[in-house]
Amino acid sequence: MKRRNFLQLSGMGLGAAMLPNIPIMGNTVSYEALLNGSMDVAIKKRLADAALNAAKSKGASYTDIRIGRYLNQFVVTREDKVQNIVNTESYGVGVRVIADGCWGFAAVVDAKSEADTARAAEEAVAIAKANARLLKEPVVLAPQKGFGVVSWKTPIVKNAFEVPIQEKVDLLLGVNDAAMKNGANYMNSVLFLVNEQKYFASSDGSYIDQDIHRTWPIFDVTCIDPKSGKFETRNALSAPMGMGYEYLQTNPKDKITGITTRYNKGYDMLEDAISAAQQAKAKLSAKSVEAGKYDLVLDPSHLWLTIHESVGHPLELDRVLGYEANFAGTSFATLDKWASKNFNYGSKEVTLFADKTQVGSLGAVGWDDEGVNTKKWDLVKDGTLVNYQAIRDQAHIIGEKESHGCCYADSWSSVQFQRMANVSLAPGKTPLSVEEMIKDVKKGIYIIGDGSFSIDQQRYNFQFGGQLYYEIKDGKIGEMLKDVAYQSNTQEFWNSCTQVCDDRDYRLGGSFFDGKGQPSQSSAVSHGSSTTRFDGINVINTARKI
Amino acid sequence: MNIILTETEAKALLKKIIGFSKADECIVNISGERRGNIRYARNEVSTSGTLTNKNIAVTSAFGNKVGTATIDEFDDASLQKVVRRAEELAKLAPENPEYEGLVEPQKYMKANGFFDSTAGINSDKRAEKVAQSLELCRDEKVVGAGFLEDQYGYTAIMNSKGLFAYYASSNVNFSLTVRTEDGKGSGYVAKGYSDFDKLNTVSATKTALQKAKASANAQAIEPGKYTVILEPTAAAVLLENIFFGMDARSADEGRSFFSKPGGKTKLGEKIVDEAVTFYSDPAHPELPSSPWSAEGLPQEKLKWIDKGVVKNLAYSIFWAKEKGVKPVPFPNNMIMEGGKSSLEEMIKSTKRGILVTKLWYIRPVDPQTLLLTGLTRDGTFYIEDGKIKHPIKNLRFNESPIIMLNNLETLGISERVVSTESNQNYMIPPMKIREFTFSSLSDAV
Repeated sequence: MKRRNFLQLSGMGLGAAMLPNIPIMGNTVSYEALLNGSMDVAIKKRLADAALNAAKSKGASYTDIRIGRYLNQFVVTREDKVQNIVNTESYGVGVRVIADGCWGFAAVVDAKSEADTARAAEEAVAIAKANARLLKEPVVLAPQKGFGVVSWKTPIVKNAFEVPIQEKVDLLLGVNDAAMKNGANYMNSVLFLVNEQKYFASSDGSYIDQDIHRTWPIFDVTCIDPKSGKFETRNALSAPMGMGYEYLQTNPKDKITGITTRYNKGYDMLEDAISAAQQAKAKLSAKSVEAGKYDLVLDPSHLWLTIHESVGHPLELDRVLGYEANFAGTSFATLDKWASKNFNYGSKEVTLFADKTQVGSLGAVGWDDEGVNTKKWDLVKDGTLVNYQAIRDQAHIIGEKESHGCCYADSWSSVQFQRMANVSLAPGKTPLSVEEMIKDVKKGIYIIGDGSFSIDQQRYNFQFGGQLYYEIKDGKIGEMLKDVAYQSNTQEFWNSCTQVCDDRDYRLGGSFFDGKGQPSQSSAVSHGSSTTRFDGINVINTARKI
Repeated sequence: MNIILTETEAKALLKKIIGFSKADECIVNISGERRGNIRYARNEVSTSGTLTNKNIAVTSAFGNKVGTATIDEFDDASLQKVVRRAEELAKLAPENPEYEGLVEPQKYMKANGFFDSTAGINSDKRAEKVAQSLELCRDEKVVGAGFLEDQYGYTAIMNSKGLFAYYASSNVNFSLTVRTEDGKGSGYVAKGYSDFDKLNTVSATKTALQKAKASANAQAIEPGKYTVILEPTAAAVLLENIFFGMDARSADEGRSFFSKPGGKTKLGEKIVDEAVTFYSDPAHPELPSSPWSAEGLPQEKLKWIDKGVVKNLAYSIFWAKEKGVKPVPFPNNMIMEGGKSSLEEMIKSTKRGILVTKLWYIRPVDPQTLLLTGLTRDGTFYIEDGKIKHPIKNLRFNESPIIMLNNLETLGISERVVSTESNQNYMIPPMKIREFTFSSLSDAV
């Protein structure tokens, strides 16, 4: 995952000015502009056909065009102030072709005429032909039937863009106030809303119109001990969701009570902010962890990131094959391990699946960005590596007849490529609650929320921190701990998995900012799990004296 | 209308837009750019493309009420429309107590970051540069994965107080990872230039090739504290975390490494070895950058850390007013003063140590101490009795760049590097550091 923390948007903390990759894409527009309907599909079809025809007449053997309108809204506050309200809109087209066996791509901002889209198509063909002379093996594309004229929409209840700004401002300022009253020295909060209006057409005969929504409320509480000058933070336990504003309307059944309340399909931002302020303060005087081996009990709000880094990424086929060797890296999960049909990725408890259809997830769409309908498939079955994530120009390499449907581009201006599906840990098959799991742990640490994260380029060695750490002693949750990070190796870690709670505890976590590719692109992805136990993991103490 | 405007064209357009304004204050930013890239992997070209982009952003203010609107079209009707829209938004906006107001007209340093050589790149030239690298990889029977990206364009700003600034720039970044066919060795190179003519993909490819071959069949060593020699590419990704943190407001608020107990900051304090000096300079010949900030404040040659002492922190206009000081924008480039030692001399003077050529996946662990974690990658070597003895397996570190710069032994000559984390370019020397902390081993190649 990328270090793009969009709290940097507000200029807090870090030097936003020197960070070239703040995730504001597109132009700032008025709030009203966000509510304008997208372009009429009949016009989009005309623009698309102009590109498809132009590319074909220049010699392309395959063409697709994406006409994209991308809307973002950020409401940024700190303490009792609204710092910024940013509405952005980005519109343009990207045309991808195969000519002389080689890919070519060209993107143009604000293309609204058939001449514009045809020109982009011609440029893409020219690039493909210029590069084809460097090519030894032509692109092999898995066949894909056309779907004709179809559409898909994220099943939202309440379009977040239609909620008045004042209501959002009131929510965030109320949340900030609650945190301040409960001991926070500083409080930043952000509402981040995304709407991707994507039209895809290809020479296979598909014309796909999709309307995708995402919502992410976050905050960051800081507490300072004036005497020592030490500070501690606690971030929101929310998840980014493929949902509308309904995610911010809590239902009691969406709350998971325990040492701290966690959330499923509805998030109580106010309640979480109060807990966060109290917990950030408690962290200041928490016990510094003693390094050593512990049994870890990992909450889904934490485990999603470990799944993302140690399972999602190594099982991307482009990484396995070496296409990402120059940036994101390759993978330890090589083709021979998969072909052997007996590579122990994890213990028998571990089944990990990819899914582009899961309701509420960030990755859910009807069709991917190369016109393939989405689905669900296993990656690791009862501990054994069984499959990867592959797109149309890779499927033949693992003997598949069709793509898995996980191709994505983060903008009309970016070329689409293989991106991570939602990759999740299947819940345990035998009934098991978190309390029952903890009861059997002698010396352990319970970790909630995601924190610092780092993993090597082949996805063996990793280190993760969290938001909240509690000691587990003889089956009981004890004191709060701090300065905790665990280090392990992917295969050892997943083989040390001894128990997974059942589906009552299954929840999603995720990020808007999974980074891959050159030029770098961001992708939004969810990872589900239930609370899971890993035995004998190496924990380090991260405190330093300067 | 052209996408890339000259200074005269930009000024005329900005004047016209400002002329439409009826607000108390008005700021207009315009920009245009062209980008192109080519990517290859497994010794084959994979994806490539071009992008054309242009934009106008108008910010209007009535008192402390501010609104911004943008548009991509440049005809007169659109220009008027975007100004009216910004004014309507400003009237509807809540009071913004942190509105910074307009900057008075300024004088800027001269900085030349635009090169015709880069602006003249087309898909054939790009393919030709990559072909040279690909052929070498194929001939040497290694596996190359690389990326060449070029960009040129301009940005300009004008406000209703008469401030005007224009800057055109061009940039090319080339990076390559070479792996041995058996996957046991890996080497990396990254080069960044403003002038495309300086890019030599053949010599760059040879560097990565040599590292790939030399790093094959690495041996494991015990993690622990070692003397390390960091090549500039490795050092940059650690040091930039110091630069990113040099914000006065978060230091004053007590939530940064630069904070001190009791609401004080480390401004004026010695925090690292006295051999350490960082400065920014828009006119640096190897690393030119825009001589003005996004608000139109002048970027001057400025020392941030001088002989180990914190000399400046960045103050936004708002925070500078609060504190009664001069605003200091975040710099557009950063240069670390080097020493005289060559990399070879540093190796020669090392009894026992590790040569680190690249670091990867750097993430903050503790903002209080700037503790970072990450791993070595693409060529790590054991040094004994002044010689590179053998390649070693990659290691995870947990280390703070502040502690590291307190354990500084020697600095080499500064060179332009591309951060593999942020893509930002810097001038950074190779450096020798005592007692660098490695915490575990990795099997990754």
